Amino acid sequence: MLLVPCPYCGPRPEVEFHCGGEAHIARPADPNALDDAQWAEYLFVRTSNKGVHAERWLHSHGCGRWFNALRNTVSDSFLASYEMGQPRPALPTEGGK
Amino acid sequence: MLDTPKAARRTPVLPVGKGGIVSPLPPADRFVLRLKGFSGTAGGFDLSGALNTAHGMAERFAARLGPDEWLLVLPEGEGAAAQAALEADLVGRFFSLVAVGHRNVGIAVTGPHAADVLNAGIALDLSDAAFPQGSATRTLLGKADVVVVRLGSGFRVECWRSFAPYVSGFLTEVAQEFA
Ligand SMILES: [Zn+2]
Repeated sequence: MLLVPCPYCGPRPEVEFHCGGEAHIARPADPNALDDAQWAEYLFVRTSNKGVHAERWLHSHGCGRWFNALRNTVSDSFLASYEMGQPRPALPTEGGK
Repeated sequence: MLDTPKAARRTPVLPVGKGGIVSPLPPADRFVLRLKGFSGTAGGFDLSGALNTAHGMAERFAARLGPDEWLLVLPEGEGAAAQAALEADLVGRFFSLVAVGHRNVGIAVTGPHAADVLNAGIALDLSDAAFPQGSATRTLLGKADVVVVRLGSGFRVECWRSFAPYVSGFLTEVAQEFA
């Protein structure tokens, strides 16, 4: 089974988690200033890259905490996990990606 | 102190077990305590432990299930006194204390194969090295959300009362392999 590293609990089985989609999507500060296309961009448009991807995860059947993780979408390996609100860490292992 | 109306009570969902590998425990009083930035003792419970540990005895303990979340378990009837003691010790702090004694069912899983029985439905490593005495965590048993606590002679599984027939049936069926 895939092990997901929770920054609070350590590596735990995948079934305890829910993935919450792409991380670091900031809500626009003034939604009224956006037109429909820009608002739709914020709501619906996500990157779907091949390689290292920053995602939100919820340890729902564990400590109950949301956190962010860097996962390689090709190998499914987790490269880092970090608390909500922290910036995306730089990865020396990213290999130019 | 808050006014607490007399709670409606239903009959226990599982009869108390008579021993064996899987044995439902008697009713208990329980609280969920949410509290930030606290380390120490409150209401007789040791809240100083790390995440995913439990402190106390088999019938009266505090299990830290999240960075700011504890499950407090104590024998039935002692909840009112514990609530008053907790409120006195935590006065001046922001916290939430919710009585969930009637929501949960406790099931004891004991014997040399207790971890094997639980691992039929739990993906966590429950061996002595990975989950020693004093460990506690929320996890998934089959399809049900459970809390596993290791204090005393075996494991204590806590699940919501509507999951109890599923959880106890699951464990009893597995335990036949080791009877
Ligand atoms: Zn966790």
